[in-house]
Amino acid sequence: MMSRLRLSGTALWSLALFVCLALVLLAPLLPWIAAFPRDLQLPLADWANLVLNPVFSTLQPLGRGFASGIDIPLRWLRDFLLFVPWPAFAFLLFLVALRMAGPGFAVFAMVTQIYIVAVGYWPQTMNTFAIVLLSLPPAILIGFALGAAGHRWPRLEGPLTALLDLMQTFPAFAYLIPLLIVFGFGPAAGMIASVIFAIPPMARNTIVGLREVPVVTLEAAVMSGATPTQLFWTAKLPAAARQLLVGVNQTTMASLSMVIIVAIIGGFNDIGWEVLSAMRSAELGRSLLAGVVIVALAVTLDRITRALATGSPNGVQLLPDRALAAVLGVVLCLAVVLRLALPGLDLLPPGVGFATAKALDAQLLDFVRWSDPVFSALRDALNYGVILPLRIGFAASASPMVWGFTLQPWMIAVYCIAIAGTALLLFRRPAWALLALFAGLVCYTGLAQFPWPCVVIIALLGAAQVRGLGLVAVVLIATLMILLSGMWQPFVQSLYLTAIAVSICVVIGGMIGIAAAENDRVSRIVRPISDTLQTLPQFVFLIPALMLFRVGEFTALIAIVLYAIVPPIRYVEHGLRGVPGHLTEAAVQMGANRWQLLRDVKLPLAGPAIRLGINQTIMYAISMLVIAALVGTRDLGQQVYVALGNANSGLGFVSGLSIALLAIIADRMLRKS
Amino acid sequence: MRPSLAAKPGPQPVKIACRNLWKIYGPPLKRDLAPGPGADPEDFAQALRATGRIPALMDASFEVHEGEIFVIMGLSGSGKSTLIRCLTRLIDAEFGEVRLDGEDLMAAKPRDLINIRRHKMGMVFQNFGLMPHLNVLDNVAYPLKLQGLTRSEREARARQMISLVGLEGREDALPHRLSGGQQQRVGIARSLAVEPDLWFLDEPFSALDPMIRRQMQDEFLDLQRRLHKTIVFITHDIAEACRLADRIAILRDGRIIQIGTPADLLLRPADDYVAKFTADISPSSILRVGDIAEPGQDTTGAREVAADQPVEALLADIATGTTEFSVLPAGKYGGGTLSAARVLRILARQNDGTDGA
Repeated sequence: MMSRLRLSGTALWSLALFVCLALVLLAPLLPWIAAFPRDLQLPLADWANLVLNPVFSTLQPLGRGFASGIDIPLRWLRDFLLFVPWPAFAFLLFLVALRMAGPGFAVFAMVTQIYIVAVGYWPQTMNTFAIVLLSLPPAILIGFALGAAGHRWPRLEGPLTALLDLMQTFPAFAYLIPLLIVFGFGPAAGMIASVIFAIPPMARNTIVGLREVPVVTLEAAVMSGATPTQLFWTAKLPAAARQLLVGVNQTTMASLSMVIIVAIIGGFNDIGWEVLSAMRSAELGRSLLAGVVIVALAVTLDRITRALATGSPNGVQLLPDRALAAVLGVVLCLAVVLRLALPGLDLLPPGVGFATAKALDAQLLDFVRWSDPVFSALRDALNYGVILPLRIGFAASASPMVWGFTLQPWMIAVYCIAIAGTALLLFRRPAWALLALFAGLVCYTGLAQFPWPCVVIIALLGAAQVRGLGLVAVVLIATLMILLSGMWQPFVQSLYLTAIAVSICVVIGGMIGIAAAENDRVSRIVRPISDTLQTLPQFVFLIPALMLFRVGEFTALIAIVLYAIVPPIRYVEHGLRGVPGHLTEAAVQMGANRWQLLRDVKLPLAGPAIRLGINQTIMYAISMLVIAALVGTRDLGQQVYVALGNANSGLGFVSGLSIALLAIIADRMLRKS
Repeated sequence: MRPSLAAKPGPQPVKIACRNLWKIYGPPLKRDLAPGPGADPEDFAQALRATGRIPALMDASFEVHEGEIFVIMGLSGSGKSTLIRCLTRLIDAEFGEVRLDGEDLMAAKPRDLINIRRHKMGMVFQNFGLMPHLNVLDNVAYPLKLQGLTRSEREARARQMISLVGLEGREDALPHRLSGGQQQRVGIARSLAVEPDLWFLDEPFSALDPMIRRQMQDEFLDLQRRLHKTIVFITHDIAEACRLADRIAILRDGRIIQIGTPADLLLRPADDYVAKFTADISPSSILRVGDIAEPGQDTTGAREVAADQPVEALLADIATGTTEFSVLPAGKYGGGTLSAARVLRILARQNDGTDGA
């Protein structure tokens, strides 16, 4: 039964291969194969505008009112945070950090506070902090309510998961456009975007937490005579508390990430804006200084909220928690009273940051100039060797312009023989052989020139094989929308940018993960680094990429890789280390050497974890596309960015939806049920 | 088969009973699918299996009397957890009836059911089912809190229960700080906190080490001597069942194949399956003299022995040459005679045709 299915799959894919080959060969003769005919394209973005704009303008008065309503507490919070003299704030943070995560982290928190003041970003940091603080309660409450509803009515869970997927993968820049139209330029729009983005982790963790409460706990509560309401509040909720707090941690980080990103709309003098404007004016020093502030803020928020979920095992308890709270309150009141008595006492050193930034700038420029040959060489090598060929294909790369020679017929013959030979070598594994043939075909034409019907056929066939008709329908809708709206080229750009980034991440990250799994010392070094990378707002990854490689697609690629490399590292290590000891012992006892052990036992058993890691990598890479568009790409992310610049909701909607669908389809294909 | 001298379970009224109880998993049942009265349950089970449904519990009937320890014994997958959950209505049976104090429990409304659980039932779970976020005192007081008792009331009662199970001094500990045995003591204290008449124990000692298990069984018997609850006790361990039970129901693949006292199972197993189970049990510790005595009083001058003595007690006399015993009525047992040869035959499991098994 099984083998017959697989055989028919192979046959089907072979057929698809021949069709694709035929289409590639026919493409020069039939222009509609090479590019989707322009006559058939529909102004979907304009139509979306026709529908959306009236809706938004109707909502506008309501939204503006709401925005000014939100503005009041936000302004109070910002003013208050700035009103408290910074040493008091730093001291409070020190106490909290000590209680939650131990002395080492307390010192770190203290030092970073001093750093922030020293480089002159205290007000901006407090502004960012205020928005995060204010967007957290609604995000947590709504997320919890959605999750609890999804748990209470299992029928809701399917649609809810789809909605959460969409909220997390729909690029923020895209929904920022309608938010700006409805709520106007200002912190309110940013805050709402941050809330929307931060809801899904809370909702997901709520569902998981409530679902995983042990049955026996619930039975015990029922047999103790709990009513359904009592069951929820006295048994389920407390038993799920840890998972809910994990949700709070993730929601906090998502919120921070989004607050930094929406700084792009400008106007609230926050730290994200500082980085962005520095990058735009190519002030490397300033962007680095501000970037470090973001990193510090992210690490601090993460460690404190994570300690909530883990029960702060490293925390030092000097005082009972109530006494500590009282001390915190008293210190805060004293600080406020002091400031009231001495209005001029903000203790912020004037003008320090500017000078530091200037000095750092000069040094960075020197470094960049000095190191340029290395990084330029790296960039060119990858550009000409991998990126361009993948985009325009072997056929076009082998030209005097790119590789320095013209394409001869014998080269094509050698290429074809090499591909066919590889496939023959793999004939025992038809799936791999087919993969090699498809790869050979794509690499010949390049992704950009690969006929669109081929992409559609492959996507539909893959969807049908992995998930069945539901996914086929989604793929069909997505491809139709992309083709009709004339976004095929940007879409292909996104596809290949994602593909290269994911490949690099999986290869390099996978190797790091294996090294970390095999060697405890490597693990001890790698783990805190990947923990930190994982908490950082996406924005931060642009800074080093931009510094070393300047504006361009390659820089975007580097930023994406930096952001998306963590999941393979983590999941590979986790998967390999999770292989049960008795199995590796049995293999060693039978005489397996280290390499055999890894290849035949550990890697196959770690398969599910590794696949999950690849899935996560793709999600990360796709979510980074839009951010990376800031440093110059020509993909869907750029379309979203352009739409934001023109306040074009329709274009934002269509291109944003394309990215979201790309992410959701990739996720569903990899997440075998 | 010769009637046992053991009196039928006492004149006590029935506390909880179930009749023709069926629990079926799988696709929802259609209306035409129902066990016919008087029809062979196996036929109905076949019909269920043919339509892709799984009968987890088939046609279970028994009565548990007040003050009795009724043990349901079966291997994993035999349906014993399903059965106890049908009795407590943690899950609902598809067919049959459950009566508690003569009232139809299946018809109880949610509100009534909550009240029954709050005042009449207590349950102990295999994996303890303690609230991980509550300390020992709050865990034991949890059912009382659900009833809305004030903090002082419920803590006073909870402390009583904690001292009953010997956990004084650990009131403030969180469950994960306790050993398995201690956690189950908390579970027992919690289940008794509402002073229920009916006490369900679902494999309470199965997750414990053998040494602790033995000790907990002794404490359990000791508690029962003081409290006189009506007990439904689940286990997969025949030795535990025989030690604790007044009566045992053996469950196999969802069906009750025998109900009887430990001696009944030992001396008169319903089939090879039951016999295989009891083969590992040492008869001398389970059987009482009255269980194996024969009717008659003609043996004058024989050594006299009370019928409720364990058979073990005779071994010393047999070793010194006693060949005949005169059995005196005691407890629920009548009088009779007993030969040393018969004792030894039974202990060697060589029953002489005059005996059932």
